[in-house]
Amino acid sequence: MKSLAELAAIRKRMLEQVNLRKDDNIDTRIVVGMATCGIAAGARPVMLEFVEELKRRGIENVTVAQTGCIGMCRLEPMVEVYVKDQEKVTYVHMSPDKVAKVVTEHIINGRPVEEYTIGYQG
Amino acid sequence: MMRELADNILDIAQNSISAGASLTTIQVLISHEKNLVTLVFEDDGCGMPPEFVRAVTEPFTTTRKTRRVGLGLPLLRMTADMTGGSFSIESEVGKGTRVCVSFGLDHIDRPPLGDVSGAWFTLVFMNPELDFLLIYEVDGRRFEFDTRVIRETVAPLSLNEPEIAAWIRECISQEISQLHGGTFQ
Repeated sequence: MKSLAELAAIRKRMLEQVNLRKDDNIDTRIVVGMATCGIAAGARPVMLEFVEELKRRGIENVTVAQTGCIGMCRLEPMVEVYVKDQEKVTYVHMSPDKVAKVVTEHIINGRPVEEYTIGYQG
Repeated sequence: MMRELADNILDIAQNSISAGASLTTIQVLISHEKNLVTLVFEDDGCGMPPEFVRAVTEPFTTTRKTRRVGLGLPLLRMTADMTGGSFSIESEVGKGTRVCVSFGLDHIDRPPLGDVSGAWFTLVFMNPELDFLLIYEVDGRRFEFDTRVIRETVAPLSLNEPEIAAWIRECISQEISQLHGGTFQ
């Protein structure tokens, strides 16, 4: 069993950090459709991969959140990326292996991955 | 039809969250003696009136009346029936809802359990302000994960702070795989 003491140590270390993650530091939101349609199409591994990839790259000003049915169930798993002051980008038919590219190209370099977007595939 | 029971867990738990539950208990109970996999969901959400509870596993008569229930429960019930299991739902307005569903452990049509730890982590990570009591039992050996305990330990930090989330993910996944002494489908 992982110990709660270990968790308490993580807490202590984080509280000592000056620049704790605050909501106003967040400039990008990744929103995964997680209604019955999204889950059945495989949204869970996609969401988990986003969390992993952001952690691997040490990106902290991005949140991963979920939403309900986006309304186009045949295009699930769908992911919406909201970058501050930019138009929303909707990715369709997402899979865990597409996640790294979206994070690298879109989140880090600011260029949406055209071929995964709804305009390209829809 | 969900590919894994872990997907059903995520889906059905979403009903509790939509019902405004502050504590949701999810149990995964595996018994080789009874030859059953049982999932139990209990919440302290808004509950449902009796006539709605009766209609709730009928896919197409209820979906348009509310967003709260759609195909999730009908799909779950269908899978249970297909594998020689059982399904029950009890609910009381203002008190909460309890869903209990079981599947034949060795039945050929039973979907794999899949990534239960991933599903549980997803629930905690996506709903850091809500509490979950997660119980996993294999032939009497038991693991309990209570977000109330974790919350108390890390306060005032949120459960979805990256490092805390990583600890939670590892904790759940290690404990579950230990109960199985390796892998289990």
